[in-house]
Amino acid sequence: MAALRTRASAWWAGSILGRHLLVALLGLVVVVVVLESSSDFRNLQLASMAYLGIAAGGLTVLTGLNGQISLGHGALMAIGAYTTALLLDDREASTPLPLVVLAAVVVTLLVGIAVGAAAARLHGPYLAGATLALAVAVPGIALYFKEQLGGEQGLRVVLPDIPAWVLDLAYFVTGQDLTRSRYVAYLAWLTLVITFVLLANLARSRVGRRWRAVRDDEVAAELAGVHLGRARVSAFVVSAAAAGAAGAMMALTVRLAAPSGFTLTLSLTLLSAVVLGGLGSLAGALLGAALLTFLPQVVTDIGVDAGLSDIRAAELAPLVYGVVMVLVILLAPAGIVGTVRTALLKRRLRRSAAAQTRTAGTNPTAPGTPGTPTTDPATTTSKGSTT
Amino acid sequence: MRRRLHRPTTLVAAATAGVLLLGACGAGGRDDDGGGGDGGDGGGGATAPGVTEDSIKIGAHFPLTGVAAPGYNEIPTGAKAYFDYVNAQGGVHGRQIEYVVRDDGYNPTNTSSVTNELVLEEEIFAMVGGLGTPTHSAVVDFLNDEGVPDFFVSSGSLQWGDDPEAYPYTFGWQPDYEIEGKIIGQYVAENMPDAKVGLFLQDDDFGDDAEKGVRQFLDDQVVAAERYTSGNTDVGPQIAGLQAAGADLVLSFNTPSYTALSQLVALRLGYEPQWFYTNVGSDADLVGSLLSRFSEGAVEGGSSSLDGVMTTEYIPGVDQPDDPWVQLWQKVWDEHGEKGKLTNYRVYGMSHAYAFVQALQAAGEDLTRDGIVEAMEEVGADLEGPQLAPFRYSSDSHLGISGMRVVEIQDGAGEDLTPVLITDIGDAEIVEDDSGQDGDAPPENGVPEAP
Repeated sequence: MAALRTRASAWWAGSILGRHLLVALLGLVVVVVVLESSSDFRNLQLASMAYLGIAAGGLTVLTGLNGQISLGHGALMAIGAYTTALLLDDREASTPLPLVVLAAVVVTLLVGIAVGAAAARLHGPYLAGATLALAVAVPGIALYFKEQLGGEQGLRVVLPDIPAWVLDLAYFVTGQDLTRSRYVAYLAWLTLVITFVLLANLARSRVGRRWRAVRDDEVAAELAGVHLGRARVSAFVVSAAAAGAAGAMMALTVRLAAPSGFTLTLSLTLLSAVVLGGLGSLAGALLGAALLTFLPQVVTDIGVDAGLSDIRAAELAPLVYGVVMVLVILLAPAGIVGTVRTALLKRRLRRSAAAQTRTAGTNPTAPGTPGTPTTDPATTTSKGSTT
Repeated sequence: MRRRLHRPTTLVAAATAGVLLLGACGAGGRDDDGGGGDGGDGGGGATAPGVTEDSIKIGAHFPLTGVAAPGYNEIPTGAKAYFDYVNAQGGVHGRQIEYVVRDDGYNPTNTSSVTNELVLEEEIFAMVGGLGTPTHSAVVDFLNDEGVPDFFVSSGSLQWGDDPEAYPYTFGWQPDYEIEGKIIGQYVAENMPDAKVGLFLQDDDFGDDAEKGVRQFLDDQVVAAERYTSGNTDVGPQIAGLQAAGADLVLSFNTPSYTALSQLVALRLGYEPQWFYTNVGSDADLVGSLLSRFSEGAVEGGSSSLDGVMTTEYIPGVDQPDDPWVQLWQKVWDEHGEKGKLTNYRVYGMSHAYAFVQALQAAGEDLTRDGIVEAMEEVGADLEGPQLAPFRYSSDSHLGISGMRVVEIQDGAGEDLTPVLITDIGDAEIVEDDSGQDGDAPPENGVPEAP
């Protein structure tokens, strides 16, 4: 039994991919259970949460791991969404959905290469400015090419009929008929899980270490042989691809790709989701997306129940969101997940320090006092951040 | 095991699970509140979703916050006041009307999500008065797929009514932009044959449909057509373009903010043509307040700021306090309104609320979604109401009010330049309305009866 446990924990520590896949599998089971047990409306809300989560996940990798800031991710989502809309313009559109999503990702990826190449030369506020320009310009393109891209009104997205085998499979597994809303929600969450597995793996690989090295100290990274530009562009491209997938899911969920859906606000919203959740953490991105999706409705409902007029209740949502944002930044500057993680880590350090002193038995009168050997916590932290 | 909790990936999973479960729990709670029964079957029997023995739940999406909110967010307050008024008189066929308004911030993405909420969670019987062309475009397919009556879209785009086969559940309400363009075009051609006409157009369906109508009559007289994109507040180049082309009459199809912006730019350029604004952009009170706000007080606002400007009119507004309809609206607002005074936007909301109550009356006691659509196609064209010209509803057309009159604004009030003119899209002739709609008065108690 003990041997088995040791082997299991050795595998857990050793195989990053295996670990991620296992977590993904568990995540999928949770997704199936939750989607099957919630209403059509909740399914669509969860689909919105998924596409915001995918985009925020991509952004958190870029900002948290590579230290680049992007105010243009909403525009990259627009590119994914418009690609989807152009491929799915009527019910007879024959392109299978996985191909559509893939096309959206590829197109956004190409745009990401172009923008990333320019962005790699810029820093801080300049980079923010350049990506800001992207956020402003892309909706303008849709307005300019009115014939092809539908102008202000945008392009409708028609969800193709659900393939028979999917319907059969869904019925076989769950015993319920698959509604269109639930189908969309499954698509979005499946995409989210795949994206997150890929991002998590990348972040833990050599590529991810390079990104972090560039973020932490450019000179040191360059001295260590990291090509700065390449690391920056690759981070941007990966992040853009995630935004493309998110855009495709958004188009399917909203059933429309219109310029007014991709204003600067969307980009800023994504950034705030990342900051709320915690920079560099995929869990944080997901948490931020959840807040963005559920908070406005919950707050508005509370407002209406409290007897406010519709207008007042509607104005309450941005107010509460702003207050939450300010509170998080004041009280938990590392974001919600970041702060929780730090707290856990601290507790663990204290405990292991206590355990150290106890087993060493040198000074039983002061267990766990500060001032006990500092070497152990140091090794634990470095282990925690490199594995 | 304890070690594992510290792994970020596990945290991802834990957070995912937690958040998803939270969402699910919320779902469970809400459904119970809703009073049980999943209305997913979509109107199989006599009871339609959102309808009970003593209540009808309807919904709408409006920009309550954001740039489009000023003015437009008053529409639902007017509609709500009228529904409350009807409820106080016993409702329709014994049913109280419950009116749920959701904010979409004039963003189609939000419109889509609030419409999901209204239809799937609130289980509304019908959408009434959803506002905006790009916003409502995002949900018109969904509403029709789900078979939700989509009445009286607050937008004059042709797409709400010119093809009832494509959108059998959708009805327009206000005169579409094309007939407004036609009526304005003909008026100018007859009364100002020497004018050099400039067009100032919003660059979407609004401007396109109107231009189509105007050019039927004025193609030779148009010397310039300038377009602006909604959201871009710099209209200097467009107005300068009109000035350079020598236009001495500008026909403007724009929203109220752009009326104020174009007036300010023209002032700065010393450009003084005769202005002719669409009904949409000519609310004198709102434009006046926008003018003083945009110019930071340099231009005195107030309702007289648009004096001398020509526009059109299809329902009586607050500038006609003696009109029996306006008197009814004033009474409704005094009894059931919120703070603030009666405005033209609130009158607009009450007017389409009135039409919806008529539709409910016409649909009879056994209310179904298909039933109300059929009833509207059958009797819609004969409905009395505040509108100056009759509706065009039939099985071939779901377009709304068929005409309007041309007026000139003096002291903030419209003075008639023509009688009520009616027409239809395409080549339909423009004729004087003889239905007497503009002279009618509301019933004594202010609640329409079954036709």
